[in-house]
Amino acid sequence: MEIYTDSKLEKVLKNGHLAVTSEVGPPRSSDASGVVKKGHMIKDHVDAINVTDNQTSVCRICSLASCIHLKNEGLEPALQMVVRDRNRIALQSDILGAASFGINSILCLSGDHQSFGDHPSSQNVFDLDSMQLIQTVRYMRDEGKFLGGEKIKVPPRMFVGAAANPFADPFKIRVPRLAKKVAAGAEFIQTQCVYNLDKFEKWMEGVVDRGLHEQVFILAGITPMRSLGMAKYMARAVPGMEVPKEIIDRLSGVPKDKQAEEGLTIAVEAMERLKECTGVAGFHIMAIEWEEKVPELVERAGLYPRPTIE
Amino acid sequence: MIVGEQKPFDEIWEMVKGHKQLTVFGCNTCVSVCHQGGNKEAEILASLLRMRATQEGVDIDIRHDGIERQCEHPFFDKVMEVLEKSEAVLSLACGIGVQFIAEKFMNTPAYPALNTTFLGDVPVEGVFTEKCQACGDCVLGVTGGICPVSRCCKRIFNGPCGGSSNGKCEISKELDCAWQLVVDRLEALGKLDEYEKIAPIKDWAKDRAGGPRSFKLEDF
Repeated sequence: MEIYTDSKLEKVLKNGHLAVTSEVGPPRSSDASGVVKKGHMIKDHVDAINVTDNQTSVCRICSLASCIHLKNEGLEPALQMVVRDRNRIALQSDILGAASFGINSILCLSGDHQSFGDHPSSQNVFDLDSMQLIQTVRYMRDEGKFLGGEKIKVPPRMFVGAAANPFADPFKIRVPRLAKKVAAGAEFIQTQCVYNLDKFEKWMEGVVDRGLHEQVFILAGITPMRSLGMAKYMARAVPGMEVPKEIIDRLSGVPKDKQAEEGLTIAVEAMERLKECTGVAGFHIMAIEWEEKVPELVERAGLYPRPTIE
Repeated sequence: MIVGEQKPFDEIWEMVKGHKQLTVFGCNTCVSVCHQGGNKEAEILASLLRMRATQEGVDIDIRHDGIERQCEHPFFDKVMEVLEKSEAVLSLACGIGVQFIAEKFMNTPAYPALNTTFLGDVPVEGVFTEKCQACGDCVLGVTGGICPVSRCCKRIFNGPCGGSSNGKCEISKELDCAWQLVVDRLEALGKLDEYEKIAPIKDWAKDRAGGPRSFKLEDF
């Protein structure tokens, strides 16, 4: 398979390995040491580290600056970019900026609505949507042009990713929606956290039926539950998240001080099962404020050591 | 039509209480449908203001009047004298009417009694919902007649986002997901395959972003 960028993630995937990515959230401070520390914690166990872009609409150090901090430490960041806060001028400008620092993987997202965050009275932009951002990065890279039509002297060479949520509604368009993202130019997909494995596998069947798994690398999203309370919260309050009753029951069935361990085991079992699912090209581990457990998860899932790529 | 909601009474009072004379002025078309800005509401608001003035011992001569539409000159003919003699006008029109008065009577303060909220319809009596943002480049022809600009809280043209759940939007269980409605309509029309066409990047220059818009009938 032809390699288009210097993205380590692209190389791992195109060399036929199961990829592992994870993510870190930047701090709410002008001191970036927290994100750097988290990056170092997981760097040997993942192929790329996503840096979230003001996730849940809570203001933090920007994804781009955090990615630069990681890059300066010799790590492999993936820039998450939401279309909520920036128009096409700012988005393209940040893409060029990222590429200028050798940041070569990008995840194109809509972004949570600002009403969830700490600035609910802010304006939202949505000049483009996530589908159109995928098209934009590919256009800049492959055509070497800005959306406005002018030539880019040195185009940004970025491996382009998108999100997919098999658990959002309406279910019947979830495979067609992935097909749209592939048609728009997505090269890898990181999914919403997978807890309902049956439903995920059903979605993947639809993906495989259409041959989409041969056109895009799909990384299943994994988030270990730290506690019963977290599981209940995610089931109740997080839009587009599906936590089956069995997970809740399983966590309820162990003493409180063993729930975290049980959560990790559930995550490892999910990865073991999904490794066998046709079309799954790897895992995206979102250990929310629990990054120190990523190495253990990767090792227990038999995904360590990570492949060495030239 | 244009939908508005009356501002909190205290806010209205603070705007007008410094005047000696005030005309509370209704607009009897769009904003009268939602019972917020019509000539009847102008009369009620004027009496509430008079009561407040009495309570606070403030001397203001408060009158009320109204016309069918505050956004076109001909409707003003019968009230020109009233408005010319007014020290200030509290308009119950949408923001368009307030500005029309402000520009028509250069030396008269014009205050808004309403917050102009949206362009909407009346799906059920007494309920008003937003349906259009006047973006200047209508896409209803390809979205099954459901507007993603006004009805999706992220105004996304290739939806739904990952927050659509049981037909509702991620920001509120009370709010329909616009893209669920689009998909339902496309299916009902036997056009679900058209869902996979990627909507092109929008030209927002035709929207507010391109500056205030106008157009001129060449025949006039």
